[in-house]
Amino acid sequence: MIGERYINGLVLAGFLAVPIWALAMDEPFTITLATRASVLAMAAVGLNIALGIGGLVSLGHAVFFGLGGYAMGILAHHAQTHAALDLGFLAIEGSRSMPVIWITAVTVSALAALLIGLLSLRTTGVYFIMITLAFGQMFFFFSISWSAYGGEDGLSIYVRNGFPGLDTLVPIQFFGLCFTALCAALLLHWRLRASPFGMALNAARQVPRRVETVGLNPMRLKLLAFVVSGAVTGLAGALFADLNRFVSPTMFSWQLSGELIVLIIIGGVGRLMGPVIGAALFVALEHFLGGLTDFWHVWLGAILLLIVLFARGGLIGILTGKDGPRV
Amino acid sequence: MSAILIIEQVLNGLQFGVMLFLMAAGLTLIFGVMGLINLAHGSLYMVGAFAAAAVAGATGSFVLALIAALAAAACAGTIVEIVVIRRLYRAAHLDQVLATFALILIFSEGTRWVFGSFPLFLDIPDYLSGPIALPGGIEYPLYRLALIGAGVLVAVELWWLTSRTRIGIQIRAGENDREMIAALGVDISRLYTLVFAMGAALAGLAGALVGAIQSVQVGMGEPVLILAFVVIVIGGIGSIKGAFIGSLLVGLTDTLGGVFLPELFKVFMDVGAATQTGSALASMAVYILMSVVLIWRPTGLFGMRA
Repeated sequence: MIGERYINGLVLAGFLAVPIWALAMDEPFTITLATRASVLAMAAVGLNIALGIGGLVSLGHAVFFGLGGYAMGILAHHAQTHAALDLGFLAIEGSRSMPVIWITAVTVSALAALLIGLLSLRTTGVYFIMITLAFGQMFFFFSISWSAYGGEDGLSIYVRNGFPGLDTLVPIQFFGLCFTALCAALLLHWRLRASPFGMALNAARQVPRRVETVGLNPMRLKLLAFVVSGAVTGLAGALFADLNRFVSPTMFSWQLSGELIVLIIIGGVGRLMGPVIGAALFVALEHFLGGLTDFWHVWLGAILLLIVLFARGGLIGILTGKDGPRV
Repeated sequence: MSAILIIEQVLNGLQFGVMLFLMAAGLTLIFGVMGLINLAHGSLYMVGAFAAAAVAGATGSFVLALIAALAAAACAGTIVEIVVIRRLYRAAHLDQVLATFALILIFSEGTRWVFGSFPLFLDIPDYLSGPIALPGGIEYPLYRLALIGAGVLVAVELWWLTSRTRIGIQIRAGENDREMIAALGVDISRLYTLVFAMGAALAGLAGALVGAIQSVQVGMGEPVLILAFVVIVIGGIGSIKGAFIGSLLVGLTDTLGGVFLPELFKVFMDVGAATQTGSALASMAVYILMSVVLIWRPTGLFGMRA
């Protein structure tokens, strides 16, 4: 059995080593895969704040991922067409600058999370899963039928947005950016979990009534967790859109929400590095199994089933020999 | 906007609603009795449709196709229950969501493997095709009318089964207190398998019936599955009555919204913007309905417990 701390260190080291090795071997595609894994990992780290610490099983986190993606898509689209976004009372210029896009993505998804959280957190259990799913579907269908930004076809952005001091079109530099963002998200999760807020939230997941008795409001704790969680996933969405230089309604799809949960479960629920391991494995499976057979989802399904039925703590659970927190 | 159009659309909405009910009834029973969230219910719908299309293609008989759909979905349901689902009854909702999500992946890709990516077609039999004249000069497709009839028939049978038969008593008792009825000598695990297979058969039947008016393809189950979830959440999980009323609400909202919302917006907007806004809003209408119901009554219209 290995301590969780060592696993965490190894995973991060591996995440850095693969692209550096790929750089040395001149295999830019591997760097792109690693970038994809770190962006997906970051989205799942966001979800893990609500799911792992707060016990909020949200089947609608694609909303924030998609909002982040569309924040990038819409701003870059307006910059690309040199037409300001006209809202009647004010005109917003488009932008090609990542920091501007990121701030927009985080703000928009945090606001959406606040609104969705306020409404959804009135329910619990299955009803919560279903109402978050319903919100996801609302955004999905809205993005499909809103033809101003591509509708079903999505929006293509021809040039990746810029970051001061970097050439984002160089794969390793963009990877560095995404990996740094992932580390920031991990740091946030880690600090959050150890903070009084995180402790209270963790308690609210396990025994809400006692938390209430000591004078804390579990509802407010959960709402804050949901907002932070949505904001992190939103930022990941903006990066994902920049990685593909494309946004489409699939970023809002419920399958994506499901996949984010899958990433967390493969690694281990409520573990700091769970989503990172999950995303790395998911992208690796997608690449290798996808290369072997067109039907790799069958095998992904089988692996998932085995993990759910026989390895409740995910991969970290197997390696450390300890079950994670129950959600 | 004529009265005929309105009546036609109401009938379309009812037809969609009763088909949703076939899905939702199984889902709500499975959740009510076993406490299981079954995302793979849409896959059983797909299995039914594919079995029907394959058998109809081989024999040309629609009745045999329906029987095949019922049998295939019930078999698939039984196998899945015994191999996987049985282990999930006591698990957390998260595990159930995930395991049944995994089942969707396996079923969908497995079907694509066997049948290929191209849609199959299931034809409406001659004796049910063509329009029929209704009072008031309305021409309406006979098959769709037959679907409404079939759905209502299933609803009545289910009501009779759950409230008037021994099995129904056991099912209702299982919802309330599984340990007590196990102590009274009811084989609970056989009851669970039976309920699951029954729900699966209903989903398969819905798949076959709807497959004749749409194409039979991989992934056809998921949109219906999500709407069926919306239905049972609106109706209150575990309630057959709730599922029935929820289905009709959702079916009517979706169909009528799609037709009339764009028309409504044309009253005060220009045509292009009205079509755009109306259809965007219409596609979101059922989800808005569900959120409003949940915010108003967090356990649905007829739900008892969370």
